[in-house]
Amino acid sequence: MSENTLTIDGKPVHFKDGDTIMEAAIRAGIYIPHLCHDPELKPQGNCKMCEVKVNGRNCSACTFPAAEGQKVLNNIKELNENRRIIVQMLFVEGNHLCPGCEKSGNCKLQAIAYSVGMMEYRFPLIYPKREMDTSHPDILLDRNRCIFCEMCVRAGREVDGKEVFAISGRGIGNHLIVNSPSGLLKDSLLEVTDKAANVCPVGAIIIKRHGFEVPIGQRIYDKKQIAEVSVATEKVLEEKVHG
Amino acid sequence: MAEKLKIATTSLGGCFGCHMSFLDIDERIIDLFDLVEFDRSPLTDIKHCSEYVDIGLIEGGVCNSENVHTLREFRKSCKVLIAVGACAINGGLPALRNFIPLEECLAESYLTGEGIDNPQIPSDIELPLLLDKVHPIHELVKVDYFLPGCPPSGNAFWRFITDLAAGKTPTLPYDLVHYD
Ligand code: SF4
Ligand code: SF4
Repeated sequence: MSENTLTIDGKPVHFKDGDTIMEAAIRAGIYIPHLCHDPELKPQGNCKMCEVKVNGRNCSACTFPAAEGQKVLNNIKELNENRRIIVQMLFVEGNHLCPGCEKSGNCKLQAIAYSVGMMEYRFPLIYPKREMDTSHPDILLDRNRCIFCEMCVRAGREVDGKEVFAISGRGIGNHLIVNSPSGLLKDSLLEVTDKAANVCPVGAIIIKRHGFEVPIGQRIYDKKQIAEVSVATEKVLEEKVHG
Repeated sequence: MAEKLKIATTSLGGCFGCHMSFLDIDERIIDLFDLVEFDRSPLTDIKHCSEYVDIGLIEGGVCNSENVHTLREFRKSCKVLIAVGACAINGGLPALRNFIPLEECLAESYLTGEGIDNPQIPSDIELPLLLDKVHPIHELVKVDYFLPGCPPSGNAFWRFITDLAAGKTPTLPYDLVHYD
């Protein structure tokens, strides 16, 4: 094998110096499930969906550096079962009523749940009480659906140059807070064109007045699996950002 | 010919949308009658399950005391119990009231809400008592299979039931799995 090569599920993958396993996989057109990775943002390893086995040990592909000769396992039964359980935990710890959610069909959490065959919740539902913030003229924040991936937090800080969102509290008390004198979105610096307003993988941050522009049943993941969609879109972005 | 499978169906805290969608199997219902016969169901108006039923389809979550009795009757009679649709699986939209104390829900509907005259909270021995919260059915009884969707499509019903009738574990292809 040539220099800078590892394998993912037996397939040789070339990587560049400084790549994480996720970056190498994206460039090679291999899908490793993820909810909190975006080529434009620094990886943080929050969602644990990208857990892979590297030479027999479990690691987050988005933060683990690629190295010569690594044997990475990704699309295997054991890991996909872990992913299903993580997704089930995300569903029961929030309030995910998909039939009433504008993100349905375009939602990455739902799409991963479909692709790992989640038919049920497995755990008792918590039904936590979470606040909505409808104050902003263009943007809706529904904390019921927040999965604490911190995409909005990081996009604000790293791309928009604004500290709008942060996660406060610990464990089950986690909640998304807004940086403004009133704590409301309308008094924050968030604008509809910001990356932070458009990066949420689920239906927690929604741009107003675009509801049902695309009918249910014709949305991104209604017909295509997230693996296919992700490979097609993220490779371009990855090459643009990291070459 | 092998004996027909007995199917029972009911709606607990549901909108009957799942039942309507079941009927979207359209003319395949004629083929279905070669495989199954209906026991307790709003489609037959039979009020109680026979002692032995092969497949029970439950639409809707558990909202009140009558739902609890019905669900237990189904579990007792049905060899295979299927949670059908979003509400049976996660409480669905009726579970939106889980964030509001029951007293406040009742007050809004019957005492203080818009356009109410003669305000009083209904209370009659004939009326089932509301539970404090809406529950998905797997929190009360063991559920064998889950058929998601709001509602699941006619094709999803067809696939599930024909798989079961063929003695297979029901599986859905990607395009028949929906939570909405
Ligand atoms: S955010 Fe996604 S999973 Fe949650 S309710 Fe909306 S569509 Fe469903
Ligand atoms: S609002 Fe969306 S992007 Fe922000 S942490 Fe919650 S789920 Fe992630």
